[in-house]
Amino acid sequence: MRHTASVTLVLAAIWLGNSGHYDALLLSFGVVSIALVLWITHRMDVVDHESQPLHLTTKLPAYYFWLFKKIVASNIDVMIRAWRGPSSISPQFERVPAPQKTDIGRVIYANSINLTPGTLSVVVEDDYILVHSLSSDGMAELKSGEMSRRVCGLEE
Amino acid sequence: MDVYELLSAILLAIGSFLLLSGGIGVLRFPDVYSRMHAAGITDTLGACLILLALMLLAGLSLVMVKLLMILAFLLITGPTSSHALGKAAWKSGVKPLMGKALNR
Amino acid sequence: MLTVTTVTLLLVMALALSRAFVGPTVFDRILAANMFGTKTVLLIAVIGFLFGRPEFLDIAMVYALINFIGVIGMLRLIEYLEDENRNAHEDDV
Repeated sequence: MRHTASVTLVLAAIWLGNSGHYDALLLSFGVVSIALVLWITHRMDVVDHESQPLHLTTKLPAYYFWLFKKIVASNIDVMIRAWRGPSSISPQFERVPAPQKTDIGRVIYANSINLTPGTLSVVVEDDYILVHSLSSDGMAELKSGEMSRRVCGLEE
Repeated sequence: MDVYELLSAILLAIGSFLLLSGGIGVLRFPDVYSRMHAAGITDTLGACLILLALMLLAGLSLVMVKLLMILAFLLITGPTSSHALGKAAWKSGVKPLMGKALNR
Repeated sequence: MLTVTTVTLLLVMALALSRAFVGPTVFDRILAANMFGTKTVLLIAVIGFLFGRPEFLDIAMVYALINFIGVIGMLRLIEYLEDENRNAHEDDV
């Protein structure tokens, strides 16, 4: 029930933000299309704690703030390497353990790896992620496990 | 010229430089996987900075909401498509160049 | 500064296109096409501000959606074709 309410809220926000016309006719079109989307998502059985991770709402902002600082740092690193050319990179391709218990934790971890330039998750399995990294520093930092620990902290 | 315009000009300048670095990286790096990292710069921080600069120009309005939506959408789809691309390349047997071996 | 950004975006799109022409693998080309698409989204948004027509943002949003779905669809097609090729080879042997 809570998940349905959150889907409805998100869809309504998207409609109101995009339309810009607030007369009766267009608002009723909005209600009809939200109802239609809700019916389809229920038929597809995708409205649950995975598509609407409400239990993470309080913890996610702090994590994404930390991740954003990480993204800025790695962007600068990759930018410098791009200007210095191919001789400045030494790509690594290794398995990194993913100790997250839930699927959504693993997805957030793999997504964070992908969002930071310089590391790329290629294959996601149950207990490890195959990661391509632009430099050995990036791989070492990932293996030190700070990001993984923070994602595990989200799950509890 | 007020403060917002100045700030947005600075953000646009940094963003443009990041985009250019990403483009250079995509041309110079040696294999698919390393090129994906260069494309990642333009997809994350480059797009972020340019859309933030446009938000500063727009001020509080419906336009800002739309810019926020575009930003959220780019940040969600970017990693998804690069993961799909990496996985497809790996499955079809494209081997990454490793370590210093590529500096022949 | 908006003009400078527009010119830079066009330049980066030209760089991406040249990578799409050079290749060498099909995945390089898809990567370049994906990058070209996201840069188009930014270009439409910036040009909307440059000409004082923020309505262009709607087009940018639709373009972002189409670009994402196009890339995913193309990758699915390639994976499917390769599976098919592999199966055909196994039948021969």
